[in-house]
Amino acid sequence: MPETISATAVPAVGKTPGTERSRARARAARNRAILVQSTRALVLLGVLGLWEWLARASVIDPFNFSMPTKIWDQLKQWALHGTAQGSLWEQIWYTLYEALLGWGIGVVAGVVLGIAFGRIAFLADVLGPYIKVLNALPRIVLAPIFLIWFGLGPASKVASAVVLVFFPVFFNAFQGAREVDRNLVANSRILGASNRQVTLQVVIPSATSWIFTSLHVSFGFALIGAIVGEYIGATKGLGLLVSSSQGTFNAAGVYAAMVILAVVALLAEGLLTFLEKRLFRWKPAQPGEDR
Amino acid sequence: MSSHTSPAIELRGTSKAFRTPSGALHTAVRDLDLTVGHGEFVAVVGPTGCGKSTTLTLVSGLEEPTEGDVLVAGEPVRGIASNVGFVFQQDAVFPWRSVLSNVMAGPRFRGVPKAEAKERAREWLARVGLSSFEDRYPHQLSGGQRKRVALASTFVNDPEILLMDEPFSALDVQTRALMSDELLELWAGTGACVVFVTHDLEESIALADKVVVMTAGPATVKEVFEIDLPRPRKVESVRLEPRFVEIYREIWSSLGEEVRITRERGAVDA
Repeated sequence: MPETISATAVPAVGKTPGTERSRARARAARNRAILVQSTRALVLLGVLGLWEWLARASVIDPFNFSMPTKIWDQLKQWALHGTAQGSLWEQIWYTLYEALLGWGIGVVAGVVLGIAFGRIAFLADVLGPYIKVLNALPRIVLAPIFLIWFGLGPASKVASAVVLVFFPVFFNAFQGAREVDRNLVANSRILGASNRQVTLQVVIPSATSWIFTSLHVSFGFALIGAIVGEYIGATKGLGLLVSSSQGTFNAAGVYAAMVILAVVALLAEGLLTFLEKRLFRWKPAQPGEDR
Repeated sequence: MSSHTSPAIELRGTSKAFRTPSGALHTAVRDLDLTVGHGEFVAVVGPTGCGKSTTLTLVSGLEEPTEGDVLVAGEPVRGIASNVGFVFQQDAVFPWRSVLSNVMAGPRFRGVPKAEAKERAREWLARVGLSSFEDRYPHQLSGGQRKRVALASTFVNDPEILLMDEPFSALDVQTRALMSDELLELWAGTGACVVFVTHDLEESIALADKVVVMTAGPATVKEVFEIDLPRPRKVESVRLEPRFVEIYREIWSSLGEEVRITRERGAVDA
């Protein structure tokens, strides 16, 4: 009797604990995600709250250090009534435009020259030392020179963004072109590829992951180039907003511009990650993820 | 004219020396004489690191000999010839291309129109049994499947000379036997001559018409053995035949000595 009961009961029971367990596991994972998110929010609230409280209680000087509510008011005022130099959106667009243009030019130049240097040993041998010297220079000091050369308009900011972006992209593209799997190159030559085809269809695709690594970093550099350029001298842009806020001892204004910059940088980063995922469908998942 | 009278591949007194990073001269191949006839399957065996692979790169045109001549169809090799196929030891598939696109690569490099290249690629994928995998990327395949992709992308170019550098050495034993059988089948339809480098004596006897034993490095031909086992062969069953064992013993007495010399030198690097 007990035998038959267990025989019929086992499959039914055997199934339930399995699904139960996986359901419990899913619930645990969900709970953990909620916990992480809410703790994260609490940390932010805590820091902002502490700041606000310290400033209101005059433990820190609210004039120098400002406080979150003031920054928020400043943001609202800029967004709704515009800044001293025109509407806020125009300032954001100016900075973004300069950064994007500088980034684009720097990336294209860096990739093209990096690949060329990687493929043509003669070029690398002749010009290598000069590139190293230029790279050793703290290039941000070029911003004032560009201001003299190109004036207060966007051109000088684009130029400083370009010099900041170019080098990391160049070195990564160069390294990427150098580290192409020799087997892959030999194989494609046997299969009938010309030198041009090897460069375009083997070297460049294998260097893309190197290049993409540098794109993430270099967009940040492009923003720095644009902001510093504007800070030194401009007619429009977020950098000018920072410098004019500083000039009027408006600490809230400086922080508010920083908040805007952070949002812009994060959005650009998100876009880049999205593009990268599309482009690298051929890549295996990160080790550990696929198991 | 001469392509019919002269052998498919001929090496005459060929030597190849490399400059090592420390500046010393390393001789990989020395005074090598080797002849491969049309449609012949030649296996080259030798101790590890003796310079077998160098022989292949010389025939393919990837490297030039320091001394001597390398003739393909009676003509000296200058650069990479279009009638040569090369299967490498490591995976040399393009990881960013799908399986179909990988097999299309050769014809596309050679200027074949896309539609025709696709058709030919599909045909060869069907022959290696990967038709249903044409949209996959290499990282989604097993080692054996990737090797099949490599074979298909080599055969799709219709090579008259097929050079194989320990192509199956990275595979597990069962997959290896399977791939060897498949290689024999694919080869049977083409009439190409094959130079198959390996350090596995069993594999070489099972596959080849002629086994060339190389000396310990710098490599040169020590002895050549004709393999008179009947075709078509099945790798797993042919190695059980008494004649196979006989041949094996005979060749090993020659090869074993070179292996021992290599081992005594401590040259265990690949």
